[in-house]
Amino acid sequence: MNRRSLWEQIVQQLEMRHAELGMAVLQHIKLVAVSVGIAIVIGVTLGIAVSRFRRLEGPVIGTAGMLQTIPSLALLGFMIPLFGIGELPSIIALFLYSLLPIIRNTHTGIVSVDKSVIEAASGMGMTDTQILFRIQLPIAFPVIMAGVRTSTVINVGTATLAAFIGAGGLGDFIFLGISRSMDALVLIGAVPAALLALLLDFVLGRLERAVTPKGLKI
Amino acid sequence: MVVFDNVSKTYKNGFRSVKSLSFRVQRGEFLVLIGPSGCGKTTTLKMINRLIPHTEGTITVDGKDIAKQNVVELRRNIGYVIQQIGLFPHYTIEENIALVPALKGWDRKKIRQRVEELLHLVGLDPAVFARRYPKELSGGQQQRVGVARAMAADPELILMDEPFGALDPITREQLQDEFLRLQKEFRKTIIFVTHDMDEAIRMGDRIAILKDGELLQLDTPERLLTNPVHGFVEQFIGKNRIFQNPELLPVTEVMRSDPATISPHRSPERAISHMRQRHTDTLLCVDEQGRLLGIVSAYDLQGDAARIQSVGEIMQPADPILPLEATARDALVKISESRFGLIPVVDSQGKLTGVVTKGSLLTVLAGRWKEAEAGVGS
Ligand SMILES: Nc1ncnc2c1ncn2[C@@H]1O[C@H](COP(=O)(O)OP(=O)(O)OP(=O)(O)O)[C@@H](O)[C@H]1O
Ligand SMILES: [Mg+2]
Repeated sequence: MNRRSLWEQIVQQLEMRHAELGMAVLQHIKLVAVSVGIAIVIGVTLGIAVSRFRRLEGPVIGTAGMLQTIPSLALLGFMIPLFGIGELPSIIALFLYSLLPIIRNTHTGIVSVDKSVIEAASGMGMTDTQILFRIQLPIAFPVIMAGVRTSTVINVGTATLAAFIGAGGLGDFIFLGISRSMDALVLIGAVPAALLALLLDFVLGRLERAVTPKGLKI
Repeated sequence: MVVFDNVSKTYKNGFRSVKSLSFRVQRGEFLVLIGPSGCGKTTTLKMINRLIPHTEGTITVDGKDIAKQNVVELRRNIGYVIQQIGLFPHYTIEENIALVPALKGWDRKKIRQRVEELLHLVGLDPAVFARRYPKELSGGQQQRVGVARAMAADPELILMDEPFGALDPITREQLQDEFLRLQKEFRKTIIFVTHDMDEAIRMGDRIAILKDGELLQLDTPERLLTNPVHGFVEQFIGKNRIFQNPELLPVTEVMRSDPATISPHRSPERAISHMRQRHTDTLLCVDEQGRLLGIVSAYDLQGDAARIQSVGEIMQPADPILPLEATARDALVKISESRFGLIPVVDSQGKLTGVVTKGSLLTVLAGRWKEAEAGVGS
């Protein structure tokens, strides 16, 4: 197939399936947003817990690390016997997948806050909770955000595999394209996925800069 | 204000970093803790605001056992300044200083006023600095903010752990001066850790010398320098310290106690022969009670001897005069103002007790210096 005919195919497929594509993009965003959203809540909490109770560090970070070493397709596969197919098992798999960067960055961010700052804070009579919410988390914020961005970008890619267990999203196009040997369809799924990853990273970067206190910017 | 009663700190590994420490700090007193690295200065300080819990004995602050107090409450009433400063990087200078007042629930207006007042006190213009972030300040400026932050809620007691230790010598001296000025004005109770003996002498009302967790001597700078307990303290202070600090040497140490005197009723001839006898060209005039009246010089006598009946007629004021409590430093400063190269020293009744001359100053200070040199060599 020469280039010209590929281009024609793409145009043709887009004309035929643009409504479907729009839905797929939205579904894709939903999978990523929900899974990363839950991962932020749970991951940050675990990150805080880990930095508070040093004994948890090994088990929690070890487990999250192990989850990430499982190939994504395999992790999705494991979900089927547990939660069946569709959106729910995909979101759970994606959530597990994005935990590690968030936990690790939260932990790193908190423990790398200058010791003298913490000493001054507690010496001045701030409670541990006040120190956590007013000092440690705000100072760790850029590092935590970096973890969230990493998770998001990875998840946009991994979410294409979720189509494999029936969760929809841009992966549908890719799988369809592969099974029908139509490169145009593969590209119609893959290119928007790549663009989506770039876009989300950019938006989160902007958000991070907007929310980071001025005193912490370099 | 602060009382240590047999306080010890034993770490979990069995190491005793502070051993049966007992001392008391008066309200408004500036106490300096000094000693070699690892002697337990920081530990002692941090036990007061319970950043390090003590394991034996009792510490009371303002009459209350700190172990029985709410720890957060205790700390909010004690100012704390550390060498690393520890400003909150994500807060503005204003927010940094406002923290404790805000925790204590002051209203916004009062906090704002207080912040402004404090910035002025530590020599930072609020219009310039209030909205800046810590990283936009120099080290010296940051520590000024550190001091302002510690004073924010007007605590009676302020703990300072080598607050000026990380600053360059010039900035350090500047901050020491300014802090002393603040201290004169506000008379806080201050416990101040340093390893710099010059700083200790400069700042402290009293100095506590620690070694291996034990208190070796707690005294005023003057007494420490003149009467160091034998051995470590003596060595730690360094004998030449006195030489560097003439303000610590009483004027009585550099004066001659047998000044040549004369009654103002005596004749000029008598005065001249008295001068010859004493190998001097000035005589101090005193009344029957020994009170200083003035001074006559050989130069004036020679010019006017034929014209006058008694030396009282050409007697001049003997300024400058020093009181008995003056120091060698005062004498050094004043001697250059003196027309006759000498300064009479008088007691509170105005009685002449001695005289400082350039010669007596030089002899004593040079003697001390020689001693110090010998001390360093041995
Ligand atoms: N957690 C700990 N466990 C055991 N020993 C400790 C602990 N913390 C401090 N020490 C020991 O206690 C001693 C006193 O420490 P401290 O910090 O009070 O010294 P310092 O006088 O402030 O010294 P420096 O001038 O170096 O700051 C040191 O010998 C130190 O090694
Ligand atoms: Mg120390």
